[in-house]
Amino acid sequence: MDAIILQVLNGLDKGSAYALIALGLTLIFGTLGVVNFAHGALFMLGAFCAVTLNVILNTSYETIDPDRTDFLGNPLKVETPYIFDWFGPEVGGAMIEWSVPLAILFAIPIMVVIGLSMERGLIKYFYHRPHADQILVTFGLAIVLQEIVKYFYGANPIPTPAPAGLVGSFDFGVLLGFEPGSIIYPNWRLIYFVFAAVIIGALFAFLRFTTFGMVVRAGMADRETVGLLGINIDKRFTIMFAIAACVAGLAGVMYTPINSPNYHMGMDFLVLSFVVVVVGGMGSLAGAVAAGFLLGVLESFASMAQVVDLFPGINQIIIYLVAIIILLTRPRGLMGRKGVMED
Amino acid sequence: MLGLNSKDQKLFLVVIVVTLLAPFILNPFPENSELAQFNAGYPDLMQRFAIFGIFAIGFNILFGLTGYLSFGHAAFLGVGSYAGVWMLKLLSMNVVPAIIMSVIFAGLFSLLVGFVSLRRSGIYFSILTLAFAQMSFALAYSVLTPITNGETGLQLALDDPRILGVSQIDGSIPPTNFFGLEMRDGFELALGPWVFTLNFGYYLCAVFVLGAFYLSMRIFNSPFGMMLRAIKTNQTRLPYTGMNPKPYTLAAFVISGMYAGLAGGLMVAMDPLAGAERMQWTASGEVVLMTILGGAGTLLGPLLGAGVIKYFENIFSKINDTILYEWFSFMPDGLQDVFVFLIHPFIGKGWHLTLGIMFMLVVIFLPGGVVEGGQRFMRLFKRGDKGSKSSGDAARSASPAE
Repeated sequence: MDAIILQVLNGLDKGSAYALIALGLTLIFGTLGVVNFAHGALFMLGAFCAVTLNVILNTSYETIDPDRTDFLGNPLKVETPYIFDWFGPEVGGAMIEWSVPLAILFAIPIMVVIGLSMERGLIKYFYHRPHADQILVTFGLAIVLQEIVKYFYGANPIPTPAPAGLVGSFDFGVLLGFEPGSIIYPNWRLIYFVFAAVIIGALFAFLRFTTFGMVVRAGMADRETVGLLGINIDKRFTIMFAIAACVAGLAGVMYTPINSPNYHMGMDFLVLSFVVVVVGGMGSLAGAVAAGFLLGVLESFASMAQVVDLFPGINQIIIYLVAIIILLTRPRGLMGRKGVMED
Repeated sequence: MLGLNSKDQKLFLVVIVVTLLAPFILNPFPENSELAQFNAGYPDLMQRFAIFGIFAIGFNILFGLTGYLSFGHAAFLGVGSYAGVWMLKLLSMNVVPAIIMSVIFAGLFSLLVGFVSLRRSGIYFSILTLAFAQMSFALAYSVLTPITNGETGLQLALDDPRILGVSQIDGSIPPTNFFGLEMRDGFELALGPWVFTLNFGYYLCAVFVLGAFYLSMRIFNSPFGMMLRAIKTNQTRLPYTGMNPKPYTLAAFVISGMYAGLAGGLMVAMDPLAGAERMQWTASGEVVLMTILGGAGTLLGPLLGAGVIKYFENIFSKINDTILYEWFSFMPDGLQDVFVFLIHPFIGKGWHLTLGIMFMLVVIFLPGGVVEGGQRFMRLFKRGDKGSKSSGDAARSASPAE
């Protein structure tokens, strides 16, 4: 029992990342009708926003401390981040410490700007081109974006730690009445899951309970009629693209302490997120979220030692296997709408 | 002649001449000259041109004609490679059985994958093929290690049985050969300052490229090819006319899978090892890039695309800052630094950036790829000649109204 709970928990953090990326993907598809292969790159850009903020906060100048010497007897050089001078060492130190959560604030405007310029500058011209063209041009864009990041940050993963106060693990065993130590779960992954749940909830609430969201949903159902009613639906869809970019970016920001970001992390996630979107059903938001968590949890179950002993190699292929089975038995995925993407 | 119309005959003749004279055409700069680094006429690269040309031609039969975008074609190339290496290990170092087995195995595997994947179309088909390819990639790394040798890759060994050949000659693995003619054999031809390498392996590849190209021309012009185009144009209308598109698409899928297998077999024949990374989705993405860059649905496009990408991969990535400084040495120092700084991100290890930008520009402005670019370029020169313009208009109006 405790092993099962542990696997469910283990699946949740990856599932959260899949769900957040897939949600953005399917949102873009549902509104603009564009298959965005650069969405993984947006996730990666978000992660590198966190890295960049960390670098900025740590920018320091060198002073020579006359009283102390290093082990060679030379005067000791001390690096002081500029931020210590501006906010004092205590606040400055806390800011460096909490750079990943702070990066959320830093990443939102950046991702919105990137999203808007991407939509207005490129995607706009591809509304009426075939899906193959959309896939290809965004695929090209993804290559360009990740090569740019590689140029500035190199090819190696860059460790970006979570705040020290949040690093430990949480013992669910005690909470649920099992042996202490049977279900130990890192705090940050729990935070990631809660964060993802909040974002997903906020997005759904936004679409469900605001006028803006209502117009967007109407546009997703019948774009032309909404346009004929005198509503500028393109503008709203552009804003939705920026929001989707933002969601992917924030998913990336918060993911940095779990896995050190490298320039091709986006592509790795993109392929799986696409599988998730298709399994959930193209254009279905709830489907994307459900499929994201489902596949994340399944993946972690499949990597249990007992399962791997029974079916060797299953942990590597489970997602694809499930995707194949679902696509063959349910042509539109779990919750796909009729008539979407069937040409 | 050969069942081709006169236009295709001319095209085929040009392709034959270019392929056979490639060692000369691709080596336009004299050895030891500054531009010699742009020479592409060395055997290794020419073989890759040919092999990826075959791969892309095959992919184009599926994507260009039926419009089904497969994101898992590299799996067939990988399966073909493994089958080929096993033939070299078990039977003999003659490449013929290896290539035949590569084609057969890739064909069987693509039959299986195609049978399942083609039950869906559009993006669902793409994801299904991608899923199959990623599964084969993951399995080749983990469970199938006894067959694929996992991360190390499948290689020849001294104690392989090779029942029709010899296990080893003087303590080393015998080279791959075609009835005694060794693949790496060749001779160098020095004409003045130029040095041309004529390599037997390349010429074997060239023969296969010509065969593959000829077959694809025949398919494009056949009723079968017409049927595939009909599938691309309108999938819903086709069944109403009493046609079942399924067998035709499956046939196209298997044919393109066998092309991929042939490419894998040739790869093994030139360099007898096979690794799982050949099946990764990035490899599948590469063949998509090649086909689109050259021009999907055109005869020559995939060959050109494969050539361009492989050329860039090998030549562009070799240029470094020192070479750039040499080029801009005529400029004043400050300006020279600026130029080198500006160009630096696009060369050497950054050639992927160039590739990505080039690819985006092609998709945005030239959906027909290099071939369309060439046609537009030719039309510029024919401006004065009114006939061509009106024929272009006729061609445009002849395309069916939806």
